[in-house]
Amino acid sequence: MSRTIVIDPVTRIEGHSKITILLDERGEVSDAHFHVTQFRGFERITQGRPVHEMPAIMARICGICPVSHLVASSKAVDDILAVEPTPTGADLRRVINLGQIVQSNALSFFHLSSPDLLFGFDADPAVRNIVGVARHSPQLARDGIALRKWGQQIIEWLGGKRIHPTGIVPGGVAEPLSAEVRDRILAGVPEAIAAVERAIAWYKSDMLRWEEEAATFGNFRSAFMGLVDRQGNVDHYGGWIRVVDADGKYLADKVDPRTFNDYIGEAVEPWSYLKSTYWKAMGYPDGIYRVGPLARLNVAERTGTPRADEELEKFRWRVGRVAGSSFHYHYARLIDTLHAVEKIEELLHGPDILSKHVRSVAGINRNEGIGVSEAPRGTLMHHYRVDDDGIVEWANLVIATGHNNMAMNRAVLQVARHHVKGETITEPMLNRVEAVIRCYDPCLSCSTHALGQMALAIDLVGPDGRVLDTLAR
Amino acid sequence: MTTVYTLTIDGRDVAGSEGQTVMEVAEENGIAIPGLCHLEGVHDRGACRLCMVEIAGSPKLAAACMTTIAEGMEVTAHSEQLLEYRRAVTEMMFMERNHVCAVCVANNHCELQDTAAALGLTHFDLPRISPKVDIDASHRLFAIDHNRCILCLRCVRVCDEIEGAHTWDIMHRGLETRVQTDMGIPWGESTTCTSCGKCVQVCPTGALFEKGRPVAGGSKTKRPFLPWLKVVQEERGL
Repeated sequence: MSRTIVIDPVTRIEGHSKITILLDERGEVSDAHFHVTQFRGFERITQGRPVHEMPAIMARICGICPVSHLVASSKAVDDILAVEPTPTGADLRRVINLGQIVQSNALSFFHLSSPDLLFGFDADPAVRNIVGVARHSPQLARDGIALRKWGQQIIEWLGGKRIHPTGIVPGGVAEPLSAEVRDRILAGVPEAIAAVERAIAWYKSDMLRWEEEAATFGNFRSAFMGLVDRQGNVDHYGGWIRVVDADGKYLADKVDPRTFNDYIGEAVEPWSYLKSTYWKAMGYPDGIYRVGPLARLNVAERTGTPRADEELEKFRWRVGRVAGSSFHYHYARLIDTLHAVEKIEELLHGPDILSKHVRSVAGINRNEGIGVSEAPRGTLMHHYRVDDDGIVEWANLVIATGHNNMAMNRAVLQVARHHVKGETITEPMLNRVEAVIRCYDPCLSCSTHALGQMALAIDLVGPDGRVLDTLAR
Repeated sequence: MTTVYTLTIDGRDVAGSEGQTVMEVAEENGIAIPGLCHLEGVHDRGACRLCMVEIAGSPKLAAACMTTIAEGMEVTAHSEQLLEYRRAVTEMMFMERNHVCAVCVANNHCELQDTAAALGLTHFDLPRISPKVDIDASHRLFAIDHNRCILCLRCVRVCDEIEGAHTWDIMHRGLETRVQTDMGIPWGESTTCTSCGKCVQVCPTGALFEKGRPVAGGSKTKRPFLPWLKVVQEERGL
């Protein structure tokens, strides 16, 4: 008799989801589904709105990474206006986007994942949380909170407010940067670098403990996608799409992000509101690829900043040139954060960063626009069509978590196969299934453009479709 | 010679000239009466009903902007009941169309928003109508989002009385009422519009806005330019 395991809700992720594990006649795991159970429909509700409102409306998709949507959306509208933001406008967008990367990466690593890494995946959930981290390792918790605060402050100072800022607008940014704000941000750089480096040092000293997890947490061959600059280094804001396979061979390079539809397809499964994105050349469901911090490091030559490059070298020495295990998202996320801090410093020292010319102005010059940037969780794509008056007729968003959807399902299946023994849901299995999803830091609110609470449920389902066991948090 | 009348507003002795409205006398004496259709420089119309006041001896409420003062008049401009009425009127304005401050071009620059805050309107009890309402973005410089129009008719009056173009007017009735350009043709095709932008400047909400303005990018000037234009017109005998 076959069975199904359901985990509902999944905790310590951003959004609402549920997991179903399907067992075959022999009681072995045959498949696993990561269901995203929320729906909002931003692509529909924005129809009929003036395109200049899109960045602010799209930012409302998510309270964690509104800036990422602001950036991608503003770039899509730039494309419709057929303008380049002024150089200073573009650099200020980069700074605020990197502030977003810092704060969101810090949230994922310190607040959501460090409890697992510090106490072990089977520790008592009453201790295995950020409060427990603060009791056990106050410096680690303080670093996480300080980094997140610094990133949020950058967003507030440059964008007007911490959550749903409006400072990024089509054509550039709304306000120039003052010397006072620049210096205030720069004053926080040394402490931010110290905090990330402390976390990296701790992670490196501790990572051997998790060899089993690294081997089974979504450890599979897949392609990786990310944006790179002219030199092939990490670029969180612009540049070109590069896709490498599991051996590091280019599947595509120097792809104009505006042509992403030629390369990426979106599939819909009846059991999830989250679309599955796939690499067209390989078809569905074989065209599996991953995005996010791990993918950024895997596709790029270097990060382009000295401290992060030094850590990247050690990272590659430890986990390989193209790291295959999704467990290494944590490690990659820290290096990504270090690079973001360094890059913010570099940009703020730019000679024209205080220029008053921060916005290009134009009318509706194209009826279609695409904007692509790197969000904390990976490559983010906004695609709009407008009429001649600039009224939105159609919109499509491809979200980082959507790119990772198939990979997350694969990872859940791998963990389930490794840990499901028998016909009931065991705590170690539940903990690890949750933790493997957390590696990807999925944002389900973003990916379905839907609102929900943080939650996970697991169902164990037999071949006859009967739910055999259910566990919810 | 102008006759001077004395009256009381909220128990305060005040004076004004014959022909002045209760609203004008209150303003001169620093007594704030809310109003969204009233605009210094154009004729009052009594459209928004927010300036309703009680007048001793009258069983009905009167619009302060439309009521001329009289000798011995006793006006109550602020009371618990009036506050309730004003909240209800404001709430109905919000419910009648689709106002979403968070993603509005006029966020933080909006007289409707300010009024709601000043009246302590913290939530809505009335059901939303959520009508499907159009946006006309056919004009080269400006756009109108009828979702945010409260039918104060400032645009109609300023276009007629100051610019002299009379591009704006009203069409239909009741919930279907809309401001219109020319005879209901798209704004961009209007042959009377001079693109002066006065309608945009006087709009109390984000209904009329400059194209290309982002959310919260407020395009309205805070300077009261209409009285000056009016003085110039009068001096030139226009």
